Amino acid sequence: MTATSDHAHDGHDHHDHKPGFFVRWFCSTNHKDIGTLYLIFAIIGGLTGGALSIMMRAQLMHPDSHIFASGQHWNAVITSHGLLMIFFSVMPALIGGFGNWFVPIMIGAPDMAFPRLNNISFWLLPPAYVLILAGQMVGDGAGPGWTLYPPLSNSTFQSGPAADFVLFALHLAGISSLLGAINFITTIFNMRAPGMTLHRMPLFVWSMLVTAFLLLLSVPVLAGAITMLITDRNFGTAFFNPEGGGDPVLFQHLFWFFGHPEVYIMILPGFGIVSHIIATFSKKPIFGYLGMAYAMVAIGVVGFVVWAHHMYISGMDVDTRAYFMAATMIIAVPTGIKIFSWIATMWGGSIDMEVPMMWALGFIFLFTVGGVTGVVLSNAGIDQALHNTYYVVAHFHYVLSLGAVFSMFAGFYYWIGKMSGHQYPNGLAKAHFWVTFIAVNVTFFPQHFLGLAGMPRRYVDYPAAFEGWNKVSSYGAFLGGISMLMFLVICFLTFSSKKKLADNYWGEGATTLEWTLTSPPAFHNFEELPRLK
Amino acid sequence: MHALRRFFAILLTSVMGVTLAVPALAQAPRNWQLGMQDAASPVAERLQSLHDLVFWIITVITIFVAGLLIYVMWRFNSKRNPVASNFSHHTGLEIAWTAIPVLILVVIAIPSFRLVFFEDRTQNADMTIKVTGHQWYWEYSYPDSGNLNFRSDYIRDEDLKPGMKRLLEVDNPLVLPIGKNVRILTTSADVIHSFFIPSLGVQRYSIPGRTIETWVRIDKAGTFYGQCNQICGTNHSYMPIAVVGVPPAEFQAWEKTAKVKFAAGEPIPAPALAPSAEHTTIRVAQVQP
Repeated sequence: MTATSDHAHDGHDHHDHKPGFFVRWFCSTNHKDIGTLYLIFAIIGGLTGGALSIMMRAQLMHPDSHIFASGQHWNAVITSHGLLMIFFSVMPALIGGFGNWFVPIMIGAPDMAFPRLNNISFWLLPPAYVLILAGQMVGDGAGPGWTLYPPLSNSTFQSGPAADFVLFALHLAGISSLLGAINFITTIFNMRAPGMTLHRMPLFVWSMLVTAFLLLLSVPVLAGAITMLITDRNFGTAFFNPEGGGDPVLFQHLFWFFGHPEVYIMILPGFGIVSHIIATFSKKPIFGYLGMAYAMVAIGVVGFVVWAHHMYISGMDVDTRAYFMAATMIIAVPTGIKIFSWIATMWGGSIDMEVPMMWALGFIFLFTVGGVTGVVLSNAGIDQALHNTYYVVAHFHYVLSLGAVFSMFAGFYYWIGKMSGHQYPNGLAKAHFWVTFIAVNVTFFPQHFLGLAGMPRRYVDYPAAFEGWNKVSSYGAFLGGISMLMFLVICFLTFSSKKKLADNYWGEGATTLEWTLTSPPAFHNFEELPRLK
Repeated sequence: MHALRRFFAILLTSVMGVTLAVPALAQAPRNWQLGMQDAASPVAERLQSLHDLVFWIITVITIFVAGLLIYVMWRFNSKRNPVASNFSHHTGLEIAWTAIPVLILVVIAIPSFRLVFFEDRTQNADMTIKVTGHQWYWEYSYPDSGNLNFRSDYIRDEDLKPGMKRLLEVDNPLVLPIGKNVRILTTSADVIHSFFIPSLGVQRYSIPGRTIETWVRIDKAGTFYGQCNQICGTNHSYMPIAVVGVPPAEFQAWEKTAKVKFAAGEPIPAPALAPSAEHTTIRVAQVQP
């Protein structure tokens, strides 16, 4: 896999006019540089959110522990943890990072359609990140949970500016995602190289196209909801305030109309990455390409009509619950198609167990576990006993913290050589995989038991009967902390390695256009547009 | 592979735990518990039997997928299979893995629809109670018993007596007659809370400005614990729920004393009630095998 390139790239380099440091990194309009900025940002966001989660697990290791000064501080931390992981880690890494880096290259485009728009998309995020931290640190912090349900999030119950900081942070992050989505859609529809028809597009590009549409249609609804919340808080309106004729449940509908597509926004790019990795290391074309592409489209479409399964116990009419239950179960079908198509891709292949492949296989298994508990929760009848319990926490961490994050690491190890030109340390990277795999399972599997026993989520303290599994879960989280440190060491060793990588260091299985470029690619992608026959 | 194996060991234990667990006095959670608390109402029973069905289905699916993954990793490893085949289509397979999941979902959906309609509301309510969530306590009203109305606070650590369950025990539990269909109406005085009693299969948000209906019929005498299950501010973890199910005659006796006590505006000490609750708890313990 690590055949070093034995020819120099002088021929390319003299066209490679890189701007100076400040202009290159702060006024960047180059999709690869912006992608790099997004990835660095996602690592910072992930470390912050991860540090919070270790504090949380330390608090929950025993009942009656007092690491947190009050329930409100605790609530502020769980709020920040959720928002940081979603908006400042998973989305920047998968969409802003890998999406920016590889969508233009994979479709044979010189850059994104709107490079300056791309720049502002990124630069809206750092101020949003600062606002989230402000929301946590100002006063007692904003603690309505990441779902922001009023009345708890209104000015009576979250007084002071902290909650407003969080809401404005979401506005900025939302605009950032929206502009990014517009850019991706335009790029994918208009800038494909000759011969790159939609039905020949790599699956990662398909996944980004579906993701961008989900963002385009769902983020404005969130923006509307939080704008109403901001005016409720500050300008005396009563959209969600029953005393003024408003309705708290309206917010839940608006929030989840955004929130449910949002979870697919986080996982679909991962589907794309995993498809590439499975095909590459099986040395086979992806099985059922069209089925895979349209399964993602189906997940995206159905993902818009299932939002109220988050609200089974909000007092909705029983017929409404029955509808949302049926619609939710249907999502299992396209998801199943993807899982089985990945396995069929490997079937008959010649599998190399390289590090990205380990993460991709880990993804498939853990996503399956998270997916099947989703089927349990989709039953409104069962959900009556599991809603808001740790079972739900375990479920969504299996699909996100284990699913989406595993796809992020899979993509990192798959492409870091392409992006940086450097080889990661193989042995340590394998160790990183195993430590992470064990850590996340030890952390989250016992949470199923806690949820079945009835432990509610977002609890700072709990009855003694929940202590056993909480302690196990906390040990898992501490091991997860070690795996985060291992990742930082791996990053350092990768960038300090002197080994040069060839253009296509994964060999025959890697067939998409990024493998025709040098590692790292020149500042400008294609001297002349590639043509697909 | 060791982690995978360990994972399966856990999975297998959990399977056995859920199905072979000896029934015990489990209206409250137990340490190292693997499955749900014992059901004490028809809703909880049906809910758990559907959960058992779905649980078996998902366990088989997970093991099947894991088995396939392990098999392809072993069989189609580049050492064992150096030349990859090139197939990427098989219409029959694709139809199969679309149609079979649909059939499995239908198997789940039919009992699931039945359950959700059964859970919705009681057809013949014997009585109604109103539950109001407050920051951070519960208020219980008995509209059928005059103006009987009281609040229920958790027992603070300094007031805990030996044997009491910290963060589950309350001063004035909700007392309900067993064997009766009880309509539950939830609402809130401030933020959203959730009225959640796992062993009774009861859960509804309590939302200001709204009244939400659900119902319960307690099958056996005992104390059933729950907790607020929707984030509601700094003391979210400190507003547990205790429901005491007593025989109807005992309930009427309690109703009389409670009316006097709570009408007088006394700060509702529970000595009259607590022995009765303990008494019923002990009796439940005795009927357990």
